[in-house]
Amino acid sequence: MTQQTTAPAEPTAATASGGAVTLTGISKTWGDFTAVQPLDLTIPEGSFFALLGASGCGKTTTLRMIAGLEEPTSGTVRIGDLDATELPPHKRPVNTVFQNYALFPHLDIYENVAFGLRRRGIKSVKKQVEEMLELVELGHLARRKPHQLSGGQQQRVAVARALINRPKVLLLDEPLGALDLKLRRQMQLELKRIQTEVGITFVHVTHDQEEAMTMADTIAVMNAGRIEQLGAPADLYENPVSTFVANFLGQSNLIEATVSGTSGGDLLLSGIGEGSLAMPAARCATPAASGDKVLAGIRPEKISIVHADDAAEVPDGRNRLTGRIVDASFIGVSTQYVVNSPWCPELAVFSQNVERDSRLAPGAEVVLHWNPAHTFGLDAAQDIDAGTGEAAA
Amino acid sequence: MTAIATPAPAPAPGDAPPAASPPGRAARRRKLVPYWLLLPGILWLLVFFAAPMVYQASTSVQTGSLETGYQVTWHFATYWDAFKEYDVFYLRSLIYAGIATVLCLAIGYPLAYTIAFKAGRWRNVLLVMVIAPFFTSFLIRTLAWRTILADDGIVVSVLDKLHILNATAAIGLTSGDRVLATPLAVVCGLTYNFLPFMILPLYSSLERIDPRLHEAAGDLYARPFTTFRKVTFPISLPGVVAGTLLTFIPASGDYINAELLGSPSEQMIGNVIQSKFLTVLDYPTAAALSFILMAVILVIVSVYIRKAGTEELV
Repeated sequence: MTQQTTAPAEPTAATASGGAVTLTGISKTWGDFTAVQPLDLTIPEGSFFALLGASGCGKTTTLRMIAGLEEPTSGTVRIGDLDATELPPHKRPVNTVFQNYALFPHLDIYENVAFGLRRRGIKSVKKQVEEMLELVELGHLARRKPHQLSGGQQQRVAVARALINRPKVLLLDEPLGALDLKLRRQMQLELKRIQTEVGITFVHVTHDQEEAMTMADTIAVMNAGRIEQLGAPADLYENPVSTFVANFLGQSNLIEATVSGTSGGDLLLSGIGEGSLAMPAARCATPAASGDKVLAGIRPEKISIVHADDAAEVPDGRNRLTGRIVDASFIGVSTQYVVNSPWCPELAVFSQNVERDSRLAPGAEVVLHWNPAHTFGLDAAQDIDAGTGEAAA
Repeated sequence: MTAIATPAPAPAPGDAPPAASPPGRAARRRKLVPYWLLLPGILWLLVFFAAPMVYQASTSVQTGSLETGYQVTWHFATYWDAFKEYDVFYLRSLIYAGIATVLCLAIGYPLAYTIAFKAGRWRNVLLVMVIAPFFTSFLIRTLAWRTILADDGIVVSVLDKLHILNATAAIGLTSGDRVLATPLAVVCGLTYNFLPFMILPLYSSLERIDPRLHEAAGDLYARPFTTFRKVTFPISLPGVVAGTLLTFIPASGDYINAELLGSPSEQMIGNVIQSKFLTVLDYPTAAALSFILMAVILVIVSVYIRKAGTEELV
């Protein structure tokens, strides 16, 4: 609704058109410590873009360089047509929703939201502030002080305070980190709704992969100061290019194997299972010739599990592995199995609880099988456990 | 007097908790705990504040002489006579204390701001330096200012060369080419002596401010000075109020600085009270002067707090 409101007189910087953010060769170092390796990144106008990574991966530093709160060691920041590299924060057409919100404790909600407008010398703020408070459904709390509000309400005030300035880009620094799980889910949808409604570029920093996947159109996965992979959530999930992405985004079973040949569009992998496994050559992130080592990856929910007695029922043409269940946890919609296979310890298998086979208990011998098309390949030179530990954070 | 200052009575031996005491008694005893904790403070106030106040109040309405002894005659005229005779001393005290408070704020705020936000690992060193003068006696430190401001000292000669003394003399702060024994010297002494009482509350209120609020203000188009005016300063107001009160109130009653750094024409009301009590031995007038000073300060402080301090903050 509100995006139709005519934007008031804005500072000259904001009149520059376009809400795309272009980072070119941008980096940040403090002494010997490199927080962000030189990186190039283009965030398209109007997108909901997530920078995803564990703490200390450089995602917040990248965001702060866009906001102007951190000076890049090298590189340039462009916002739309505007070279913002040298501009102080108050001259950039961006606004930030801070971690823990940083609401002004001495001002009420109304004045917090009006702050940006007043600083730009706009006299009649009433209509805009009221509209913005309506957008975040806080109109009735306008005269409260921030400390009288709940975490979720404070979060919405922080969003309103930033959005009212009609920035070209809204930067969100772990905006949901301080909320409990249920409220977080609710606010994710809320933020997504607001973004669709106002249509401006959102750049969202988070360590929560589910949050990133729920909200963003495009995710950049960051690790150790560089972008590991960039793409749509489904694309990242299905086709990770590194073990870090495979492990950080969801869960992956990675099995070391040797390429033994090709068959049609598939690579054949030997060294695991009774026969060989097949993998679409197009889904192998690394060029692989016969004799090369690769990591074959398969997501836990793609694997079907049957008891060894029923092994004959497994259709031909599926990749198959045998093993023994070491753990089974029932979690309602699905059951999570941990299966030890002679070729790979601790394979994770998620099985929908449609018809439960009571024989599938710890100790049972099983056959795992999946469609070869679901297999992806990664360079075996990487750390196979990258991204697993931090993922829980 | 001291005989009354018996320690707070220890809990009676009968209170020793028998394990089998019914829960009602234990709960009752727990309810009494706050009162026991208050007791030492209340006794202290009674003995060293309330009792002397009553005693002074009665002294102030006595008449008589040292030879004949003093009698309570409800002679309230002492108040009016004392005020009429010494009104200029009150005015001078308030002006000196006011100037010293403003100077303390002007010097202390930037310093507290720097320590709170910019000092990094030097923060603690700077704080210790603020407090360090307290390791020397108040008297010694004030006496030292006589050397600093001595007629043939560097400060005076530099001020003189820069023609600053001419300017201060023109507005009556100094006289001739002297600084010692002028209002300026007394104000300097007051400022110096009470500065830490300004800095510490300011620091503690500034240090609690989340630096992200500064970033948020900058992000919302506030230039650095606007950020200070609209965010930092308003949030630090409780510290400003506490600091100015802790400076102004003791400074208005101070007599050491005027005694050591001023001449008879810089005497403050504290000097008058001191001499009435200890030299002239005119107790009723001295007591009346004290009460008038107290009343004047109370009025000023309550007006000030009404203006600046009641706003509910954080």
